[in-house]
Amino acid sequence: METGNNLSESEVILDIQDLCKDFGNLKVLKNITEQIHKGEKVVIIGPSGSGKSTFLRCLNCMEDPTSGAIYFDGVDLTDMRVNINTHRRHIGMVFQSFNLFNNKTVLKNITLAPELVANEVLRRQKWHNRLLPLTNLFRKTKQTKIPITTTKKQIRQDVEANARRLLSRIGLEEKADAYPSTLSGGQKQRIAIIRALAMNPKVILFDEPTSALDPEMVGEVLDLIRQVAETGMTMVIVTHEMGFAKEIATRVLFMDGGTVLEQGTPDELFSNPRSDRLKEFLSKVLV
Amino acid sequence: MQTQIQPKTKGKPGFLRKHWMDILVILVVAFLLFLLFRSIYFRFNFQKKWDTFYYHFVTNNGYRRLLTGMRNTGIIASLGFLIGLFIGTVIALIKVIPPYRKITRYAQKVCNLYVAFFRGTPIVVQLLVGYYIILPLIGVSMTPLASCVTIFGLNSGAYVSEIMRGGIQSVDSGQLEAARALGLSFPTSMIRIVIPQAVKNILPTLGNEIITLVKETAIVGYVGAVDITKFFQDHAANSYEYMVPYLIMALIYIVIVAVIAALVRLMERRLQNGNRK
Repeated sequence: METGNNLSESEVILDIQDLCKDFGNLKVLKNITEQIHKGEKVVIIGPSGSGKSTFLRCLNCMEDPTSGAIYFDGVDLTDMRVNINTHRRHIGMVFQSFNLFNNKTVLKNITLAPELVANEVLRRQKWHNRLLPLTNLFRKTKQTKIPITTTKKQIRQDVEANARRLLSRIGLEEKADAYPSTLSGGQKQRIAIIRALAMNPKVILFDEPTSALDPEMVGEVLDLIRQVAETGMTMVIVTHEMGFAKEIATRVLFMDGGTVLEQGTPDELFSNPRSDRLKEFLSKVLV
Repeated sequence: MQTQIQPKTKGKPGFLRKHWMDILVILVVAFLLFLLFRSIYFRFNFQKKWDTFYYHFVTNNGYRRLLTGMRNTGIIASLGFLIGLFIGTVIALIKVIPPYRKITRYAQKVCNLYVAFFRGTPIVVQLLVGYYIILPLIGVSMTPLASCVTIFGLNSGAYVSEIMRGGIQSVDSGQLEAARALGLSFPTSMIRIVIPQAVKNILPTLGNEIITLVKETAIVGYVGAVDITKFFQDHAANSYEYMVPYLIMALIYIVIVAVIAALVRLMERRLQNGNRK
């Protein structure tokens, strides 16, 4: 691969092996093998119907792949025995249609998942400690109690403080108690992004984050994505914003007909495309 | 231009011109009602009927039994609805689980069977079969009231499940996706995100269901429980006087239903917060 030597040394976050996805008789993804390294910003472009979104949604098993494997942290996510929920917590996702929870305030939208997850961990630890005298009877090497350092109240305070910090970062702290239906599209999408960030994910997947926005709101969302990118976050972005792709990507994948037809750094791909299909695509989108 | 053509009138301009149809209808209806009451009053000797009713109802303390009847109606309808809400939600949840696993598919078949049975037979039949056949068969002794609550709960569960399933499916699928993508489990995301939104959508229909339930309690007299209808039936049979008790019975049901309808409307307004704030 021509993506540079420094990348092959860094840690692989998502290792995709022979990924296939069928919808009935329609083969949407055909044997995709790809590796996404830590800190990479991978932008996926391609005509509609090429399987970009499906590929992205397969990465956190929102669509179950038909065959193939996706290794995240050394665990195969496509294995049905794996508890997918625990892994999805480390894979953020931003949708085209924002999907903020309509029945929750903005603050609740951000705090809901981190709070529930932290509480679940706390509950599990407590039960582990309670059952320890019993379970230790059957163990050869006795275990000790897990020290519990936090409380439900503390968790809530921490999570809310974190959420307010993130909100103030995008300048929307006064919207904390508003409901999503009162926000503009750009505000919704920026909150959706920090909702994903609040979980401290290792990688964030963006599924056409600006396609449902008014043109004048695209800028603010792209600015936020740029800021997040500067913190060194690993990102996989499906987008139609070619200018943005050129600017932010460390690697661009061009997908067509369910395969990765061509890939490389944005300079290589946009200035001298090799395949005819990509030339044709670029001539249409780069007016 | 047109304002100049119209003749100037004092007070509300054009009130008669605007509402002459309504006024005519009201007058005609009032006249018909007047005729009706006049004929009732003279031909049926209303005074005597009222005195008979008054004697049995007030002087002989009939109203106490009415209060018991109203309490029973309330208990059967409200507890039945709560049980129905619980069963309905569980069935609706089972029905919307993506059927990947075998156990899900079997559970869904059982739920379909349940709904088919309870929607496919009249509630009187369910009550009779439940009270006179199934309860003795399994050797459980229940008071008529308790068995009515159970049967009405099971019956309403079948209806609520279909309402709830519609409500859940009406919530944008992106909501569930977003919750799942954040790493919440299917039950958690359903309970926290989808069901609250679904309930908001189906509240008018649920109000309809509880109103239906209240009115259906009129048949519990079949198994010997005393409700409003049973009380007035007995009352009428004892006094050989039907008109006043039955009219009052109808009036009581109308009032109860109106109160419930008002409560449902109030709740609907309260739940609009999510859209208005």
